Amino acid sequence: MSGRISLVLCVVLLAVAPLVLSPFRLGLLAKYLCFAIVAVGIALAWGRGGMLTLGQGVFFGLGGYAMGMHLKLREAGPAGLPDFMVWSGVEELPALWKPSANPVFALAAVVVLPGLVAFLLGLLVFRQRVRGAYFAILSQALAAAFVILLVGRQGLTGGTNGLTNFSRFFALDLTDPGGRRVVYAITAAALVLTYLAVKLVVRSRFGALLVAVRDHEDRVRFLGYDPALVKTITFAASAVVAGLAGALFVPVVGIISPALLGVVPSLELLVGVALGGRFSLAGAVAGAIAVNYAKTLFSEDFPEGWLYLQGGLFVLVLVFAPRGLAGVVEAARDRFRRRPREEVAG
Amino acid sequence: MNPVLEVRGLRVVFDGFAALDGVDLTVAEGELRFLIGPNGAGKTTLIDVITGLTRPAAGSVRFDGVELVGLREHRVVRLGVGRTFQTAAVFEELSVVDNLDLAAGFRLPLRSLLRRRRGISDEVAAALETAGLTALADRPAGVLSHGQRQWLEIGMLLVQRPRLLLLDEPVAGMSRDERERTGGLLERIARTHTVVVVEHDMEFLRRYAREVTVLHQGRVLREGSVAEVQDDPRVREVYLGRSKGEAVT
Repeated sequence: MSGRISLVLCVVLLAVAPLVLSPFRLGLLAKYLCFAIVAVGIALAWGRGGMLTLGQGVFFGLGGYAMGMHLKLREAGPAGLPDFMVWSGVEELPALWKPSANPVFALAAVVVLPGLVAFLLGLLVFRQRVRGAYFAILSQALAAAFVILLVGRQGLTGGTNGLTNFSRFFALDLTDPGGRRVVYAITAAALVLTYLAVKLVVRSRFGALLVAVRDHEDRVRFLGYDPALVKTITFAASAVVAGLAGALFVPVVGIISPALLGVVPSLELLVGVALGGRFSLAGAVAGAIAVNYAKTLFSEDFPEGWLYLQGGLFVLVLVFAPRGLAGVVEAARDRFRRRPREEVAG
Repeated sequence: MNPVLEVRGLRVVFDGFAALDGVDLTVAEGELRFLIGPNGAGKTTLIDVITGLTRPAAGSVRFDGVELVGLREHRVVRLGVGRTFQTAAVFEELSVVDNLDLAAGFRLPLRSLLRRRRGISDEVAAALETAGLTALADRPAGVLSHGQRQWLEIGMLLVQRPRLLLLDEPVAGMSRDERERTGGLLERIARTHTVVVVEHDMEFLRRYAREVTVLHQGRVLREGSVAEVQDDPRVREVYLGRSKGEAVT
């Protein structure tokens, strides 16, 4: 089982990282891991389910804001108001914010809210048999609308600035490298658990059903399944995963703002998955980490060059390796393995 | 014999053209019924309406007394009506056994679907055997030949335990050898199921059909045994006479 060995190796690497990386680099790695969690969800929805979702930023954001609101309230000033509300002249805590004070509610909202929004949207959209490019455009429009909504309600959402200035994550001190290491460990654990959970789904009967829906949606109806429901559940699951990543992103990076959730960031989440290989969960994770690492690397030296490089890579992969890096690796491995067998057969 | 399927006054209009124009059809329990007719007669359209793929402009389809018109496709399947397609549609990336397992599992609750398949159920093993695909069980369905795909589709239908099977041109494009095997399969299935077969192949019809319904221009032209239908001058005129040369190879 080479897969199991690679998994153990990756877990070991994740465990060793805090010992060798500076707190700054460890923070960056934790950020990449958040994007990798989203990538697992995208690989499920897009790679397995054929739903090209260009709006994962929305669900990432819903999770992020759900978490951010709670953390903000924990640090609220004497009037019980988050700092930005005081600056915006808000005098009383809006009703929308009140339940967020409860940590159980906030933690549940992190996954329930994105899941519920995706589920309702999926029911509406997939029932009407909206799919392919139409679904992609719709999900992208959703990301655009979400950002406009967030920016427009300054007093409620912090507007363009979003929610920031977090000094604590529950009991952890985010200004202390020790506290940040724990946040990193939580994020790494979340990635591993998400990966394993989605892997189980992919290997289950439901996973086979999902591939069937992707390849022959109309045929699946005549097997007695409702493809709209299969897609809706999967889409909601990918949203839950994105929400979890968004929630972790808040303590990891210390901010959640509309600029992180719109059309472009949503596309960037997808680029890593495409590069790594959307049909492979491991490929998607590797792709997301690699692309974001490369982004940091190049942006430090050639800030303007990165976008061109990213676009170029995206085009190259789509043209020459539509299954991404994972596809290239698989092809190489198959060639390596099959050769001896063919000789025997021939 | 109770009627399993009762089609009454069915009318389907595509862009002003009546593909079905007042079709009545009754299929009794345990029957093996062939539907024939020249191209455009409305055979496939009739199956499409029964299975919920096409909505009729008028008329009713009752299965076991339940109205099927207006139900979504998967609901019709869940009531016990299964169908195959002219171009066999199997899931190419999934293994043969996964194709069958998926077909067999449509009544499973979601939490069971979320588990991994362990081994092969007796039902699926039997269907593999019937379809003659046991040796290919773990290969992706994409590697199957045209004939094997049709058999896999029939196998997928069988594991769903439908009360009524609708087969749309099961031997189209098959070699003589493959037709022979499909015929054997059909005879075996017809012993325990109610089957409606849409077919073009006259030789196949003569060998395996019992009751035949001839459709022509969206209407039922004639109903009867193979001999009765073949002797009808109107049927000869619209169908048999004209296509005799093509069909007998």
